[in-house]
Amino acid sequence: MSGKVSLHYFNGRGKMESIRWLLTVAEVEFDEFHLTTRDQYQKLLDDGSLMFQQVPLVEIDGMKLVQTKAILHYIAEKYNLYGKDIKERVMINMYSEGLMDLMEMMMILPFVSDTKPKLDNILTKANERYLPVFEKALSGSVYLVGGKLSLADVLLLECTLMLEEKFPAILAEFPNTKAFQGRMSRIPAISRFLQPGSKRKPQPDEHYKKTVMEVFNLTTLNL
Amino acid sequence: MSEKVILHYFNARGKMESIRWLLTVAEVEFDEVYLTTRDQYLKLLDDGSLMFQQVPMVEIDGMKLVQTKAILHYIAEKYSLYGKDIKERVMINMYSEGLMDLMEMIMIHAFVSGTKAKLDDILTKAKERYLPVYEKALSGPVYLVGGKLSLADVQLLECTLMLEEKFPAILADFPNTKAFQGRMSQIPSISRFLQPGSKRKPQCVGAGKQLKHAG
Repeated sequence: MSGKVSLHYFNGRGKMESIRWLLTVAEVEFDEFHLTTRDQYQKLLDDGSLMFQQVPLVEIDGMKLVQTKAILHYIAEKYNLYGKDIKERVMINMYSEGLMDLMEMMMILPFVSDTKPKLDNILTKANERYLPVFEKALSGSVYLVGGKLSLADVLLLECTLMLEEKFPAILAEFPNTKAFQGRMSRIPAISRFLQPGSKRKPQPDEHYKKTVMEVFNLTTLNL
Repeated sequence: MSEKVILHYFNARGKMESIRWLLTVAEVEFDEVYLTTRDQYLKLLDDGSLMFQQVPMVEIDGMKLVQTKAILHYIAEKYSLYGKDIKERVMINMYSEGLMDLMEMIMIHAFVSGTKAKLDDILTKAKERYLPVYEKALSGPVYLVGGKLSLADVQLLECTLMLEEKFPAILADFPNTKAFQGRMSQIPSISRFLQPGSKRKPQCVGAGKQLKHAG
């Protein structure tokens, strides 16, 4: 069960970035095929590689996996980042789903014309709905669930870094979370991922947006 | 681990309906506490019952679970509706996630004006993107994954029934899926759920306003 892992996506964060993070923390090497033209996408479709005509697509263990959450859970379970029993798993899943909701709000920003109200909403939700939960969970605990690194910790790190890119001082009121971020960043695989030249993707720009719109033949996005 | 299961939600399908379906198929009894006023919602918030200030919330096994997918996976795993190994689980999850995307489109449709455009899009996606996948998976097998009933089957049934409410003849071109629907509907707990008077909720007509004001 150790063929190459290949990712098929745009050369940008989007929905694939959480998967890149998780593979990195699991210390699993991967290659990337970047979608840059509609023809490439068409080829993936014609090959029958995309179960629901969508990316992310991850080739792993002889399978072509789609659906971000299905992929994340597969990797988490395979590499022991998914708790030791059903009760730990539901805690990991609750935390993860909340974090993915928040990250999705930021993910769509490149495709929105008036970002100010969206950014205000993200800041409010982060400060009032999401960060307090993780702040409380981390008072006294090194990791979010079961005293062990899990999918939820990886997503919390990814999410808080994304938040700080938009709101640099956001963790000022959340010292446990800030400390957590510090601890996580020192894990060797993560530390390397945070250096320039790693597979971590930069924030989305106009070029990324243009590529996505072209590949999917979109003139507007109803967001 | 056998205290009562209690669902907290509106008296409507919304995001809770998949959970009602799954509990029903797992033959787990549940009570429901309906949110009808903003005060009730505020009380749940003040009690600290809602991790992210959101419903669905399901009280089960001494926990207050939120986040629809976390709840569904907990129930599926607990009641052996989640495959026998990691590879079956990823198949179940891929199928499930696709179905939940499609059901979400139908769910949102209840809140959006200019419904014709949205309905056309749902029909196209159902016929071109989603139903062909399940039609192919069911040519031969009785269930979607591993020859055994799973979360994915429950959601496929739920989804196809929702689709037929909007587009009555939609399964005409998908005979395997139609036959699957027939087989599933004969399972006793499902058959009972499909009768009037069960905990199954009707289509969202006018419930939209409630939901808009409560959150």
